[in-house]
Amino acid sequence: MQSRYIGLVVAVTAAVLSGAGASGQEAERKGIPAPPGHVFKTIFSGYEFRTKETRALQDDDLENPGFLAIERAADLWAKVEGSEGKSCASCHGEAEKSMKGVGAAMPKWDDKLDRPVNLEQRINLCRSEHMKAEPWAFKSQQLTDMTTFVRNQSRGMPVTIRTDGPMSPWFDKGKAIYYTRYGQLDLACASCHEKKFGKFMRADLLSQGQSNGFPTYRLRDQRVIPLHERIEGCMFDIRAQPFKPLSDEFLALEVYLAWRGIGLPVETPSVRN
Amino acid sequence: MADRPRIKLPKEASKGEIIQVKTLVSHVMESGQRKDAQGKTVPRKIINRFACEFNGKPVFACALEPAISANPYIQFNARIEEEGTFKFAWTDDDGAVITAEEKIALKA
Repeated sequence: MQSRYIGLVVAVTAAVLSGAGASGQEAERKGIPAPPGHVFKTIFSGYEFRTKETRALQDDDLENPGFLAIERAADLWAKVEGSEGKSCASCHGEAEKSMKGVGAAMPKWDDKLDRPVNLEQRINLCRSEHMKAEPWAFKSQQLTDMTTFVRNQSRGMPVTIRTDGPMSPWFDKGKAIYYTRYGQLDLACASCHEKKFGKFMRADLLSQGQSNGFPTYRLRDQRVIPLHERIEGCMFDIRAQPFKPLSDEFLALEVYLAWRGIGLPVETPSVRN
Repeated sequence: MADRPRIKLPKEASKGEIIQVKTLVSHVMESGQRKDAQGKTVPRKIINRFACEFNGKPVFACALEPAISANPYIQFNARIEEEGTFKFAWTDDDGAVITAEEKIALKA
């Protein structure tokens, strides 16, 4: 071997060795053991797939930009709206007490409506039925802020979801959607988030696609994003016709996604890419 | 719906102690480089200056440029020699100023 090639060999070897370090982070990821019968062995939050700088942003309550939404919503909580002259606080008092645990168990089965109801829908139901106020549009800043605020009261609590009884057909529908290929790129949620989590899709590090951090502050959008907007975006990315936010399909998917992340701590407001 | 800046600094400090001041303000920080769906440039709208003074004396100030993302986070240190009030001011391109203040006491 010519001596002039030694430098090249050394450089390539060094590159290969340091390249192994990037996905070698896998060994350091902290997950929770999945319950028996679950599709994963270990469940990882999206937090584990972010850089340490992004995680530092999430961990500091002052630096976490999601708290700007929570402060706005704290004002909204006390604001009287609608013909009944009520605010959220009129019935629910202090959110820290009354909303604790609520966001960790969504979507919940509603007997009256005979369907599951998620947090955005519950907020709007309260507004239209009890406050006689205009429901907030999905993706509006008020609805996203309030959803973030309510779910934040459950921060640290494990995600739980009912999947039996009347919820069962919705769970099955969500599961079917999760494994169905859609769009021009012919990909299912499972194609990336079950088969390839921890690996790179171009420059994106794939997570397990968990919902425990939603609504999340996305650095890409520089604002808080609700779950259905994100999965609508996923479908748009695989060049499919997305289901509509708050549709039956996305509600079923939300039920199923909660099951896939069962036991993960609620991280709202999380910080993600 | 007030968009209040978020500020974190200790409630009290010893005389001569150096404290850390953290600030976060809600602002779109539109760089002026983006184009909307119709192809028109979204006009620049950023906070271009942040200034902090303590008991009327300047402590820290900086000029912000369009590369800074939305909801700018600014953190700096200050030496506390007396008790008093920090006053913060964020100046928008259009001249509007967002203000906030926080008091600090001296440890006995």
